[in-house]
Amino acid sequence: MDSETKQTTFSKSTGLPRKRFYRARAHSNPLSDSHFPIPTSPAHVDFSLHFPKFVEAENKISKKVEFADIGCGFGGLLISLATLFPDTLMIGMELRDKVTEYVKERILALRRTSSDGQYENISVVRTNSMKYIPNYFEKGQLSKMFFLFPDPHFKEKNHRRRVISTHLLDEYAYVLRAGGIIYTITDVEELGEWMKACLEKHPMFESLTQEELDSDPVVELLCSATEEGQKVARNGGQTFRAVFRRIAYVS
Amino acid sequence: MEESLIEDAEIQNKLEVAPALISVHPSQKSVVVAVGSDLRVFDLLENCPVTLVDESDGPSRKDSIRAIRYGASGKLFVSAGDDKLVKIWSAESWHCLNTICSEKRVSAVAISRDDSYVCYADKFGVVWVVELDGIMEGKVLPSKKGAQLLSHYCSIITSLEFSPNGQYILSADRDFKIRVTVFPKKPLEGAHEIQSFCLGHTEFITCTAFVSSPELSQGYLMSGSGDSTVRLWDIKSGSLLDTCEVSILAGHGESNESESLAQVTVTDICTIPNYAFAAVAIQSFQGIFLLSCDLAAHTLSITKVIKIPGESFIPTSISVSASTRLLWMVSGASNLPGSNHPGFSRVRVISCIESSSILEDEHIPGGTKLLEQLQGKVPIEESVMSAAAEAVRAAMSSLLMKKQYSEEKREFRKRTRNDKKATQ
Repeated sequence: MDSETKQTTFSKSTGLPRKRFYRARAHSNPLSDSHFPIPTSPAHVDFSLHFPKFVEAENKISKKVEFADIGCGFGGLLISLATLFPDTLMIGMELRDKVTEYVKERILALRRTSSDGQYENISVVRTNSMKYIPNYFEKGQLSKMFFLFPDPHFKEKNHRRRVISTHLLDEYAYVLRAGGIIYTITDVEELGEWMKACLEKHPMFESLTQEELDSDPVVELLCSATEEGQKVARNGGQTFRAVFRRIAYVS
Repeated sequence: MEESLIEDAEIQNKLEVAPALISVHPSQKSVVVAVGSDLRVFDLLENCPVTLVDESDGPSRKDSIRAIRYGASGKLFVSAGDDKLVKIWSAESWHCLNTICSEKRVSAVAISRDDSYVCYADKFGVVWVVELDGIMEGKVLPSKKGAQLLSHYCSIITSLEFSPNGQYILSADRDFKIRVTVFPKKPLEGAHEIQSFCLGHTEFITCTAFVSSPELSQGYLMSGSGDSTVRLWDIKSGSLLDTCEVSILAGHGESNESESLAQVTVTDICTIPNYAFAAVAIQSFQGIFLLSCDLAAHTLSITKVIKIPGESFIPTSISVSASTRLLWMVSGASNLPGSNHPGFSRVRVISCIESSSILEDEHIPGGTKLLEQLQGKVPIEESVMSAAAEAVRAAMSSLLMKKQYSEEKREFRKRTRNDKKATQ
């Protein structure tokens, strides 16, 4: 992008990228072969490029990523979490290239305009997290994973495209540490039941109690922070939430 | 447009070519070759060909067999393939004990160390498990359906393997990864606990095998890939211990050809329990690489390259007997384009440990009688053999390699998309 077009894609008043220049289709096929670079293993991911303010000597990063927002969309949740957990590194994963590009520009713009070095702890990668989660994170690296308003895939033959399934939960359980929390929410009742059923059935997850949900500051952000959540609230729609903890397990 | 149609037709055609497979009994009681839908068995104890008896209630085979193997105990044998049937045979009576119907084509099989479960992987990346309750009594079991054990997300699984002590099941796929999963006490409820992922290959993985020694019974894993390497792994942590490049040497083997930079695919690896050695077959190489593995220093090195002189014999599958340490190799394919044969196979044997000499046909255990059974009676022409090797190579890369499209081609494919139309 040359500098002239770059200026016009950013809002003059806020300095943030304008969404209408990053229009993308609502869905992307998770089954197709990926043609973007994929790290060979977690050791090959250079997170120092994502979090330059956390780089220490020898280009090593001082912390590991702990939160992952899977299918981060336009990045609303990441931006809210950034200030709530300023010392935690978090990454959004998104399959649609234009949307990823938008989130990247949005974070860079927020970093520029923020007065006290905020938003240095969030970043985004374009990837297919249904295929490549183990290429990014080591065993037990994550403490929180988010699946907010995922693609519902109504048809039965497309259920295998859903981002929450018994088999994919095996992989999420692998990258989550014991005690780590998985947050899911949707405005589609059928999908909400599906996600809850998958998590309840899985031997490595247990549901959070109501008290635990009430005391967790992240829970209310699931609806209020994301673009999709705001849209549902505007239309007065219902949401269906499932929040589960990864438990220690011996098979 | 016309061009792409031709291309598609070509791919369709190539997909049906299947390499010939070989498997030898752990104590060399029998040897099996699979070509297309044909399963050929020779009994080495009785020195006679075996006629398979299939009275299980399932359809009989039509399409190519893609995976065969003996159980570690040598009592059972399993075959599976494109006809979506998994057949479990008694390796003594050669009766089919059970036929399992898969929903999809089967790409890999494994039998648990204690002969109590069989696992098979389909082309959509799901690994299924079936309990072999009561199969050892030798009676035919009613046709069963598998239960889902684990899944690689929509990736073809190329190899399934149980760890030497049976604690883990390993699954390798075309997305460059090997998943190590704890094999649970109740496998029918699924295997959810992932021990590690072995990540490091940069192309599809084709084969896996364990190396072990008496001191290190847990063993290390070796894997071969389309990235022209054989790698050594510690499966507990998933860490890569060593990488052995085989491409350059394969180029040297071709002597005057200047192909040394091209990537080659490792087609098969086999190892002997308690022996830190492996034989490796490489695509388009007329022979075998012998690798030694230093289990203490965690290193892999090539100790010997055995070239097979004369006919263009490129092994499509290899198998070694733990007791005699003879390396059995087969070269062949089924459904060759432009050929009238349903398929052909050529069997060779190398005594690879002590002397590493290629046995003449008459010195092979079973002799010409065995070759007649395993190769069929059709004479094999030199030209067919080299054409088969090329067809197998093409089929494998079109099946497992990611298609590379140029930027223009990708844009061309998107031309009917609504968002593309709007911008024009």
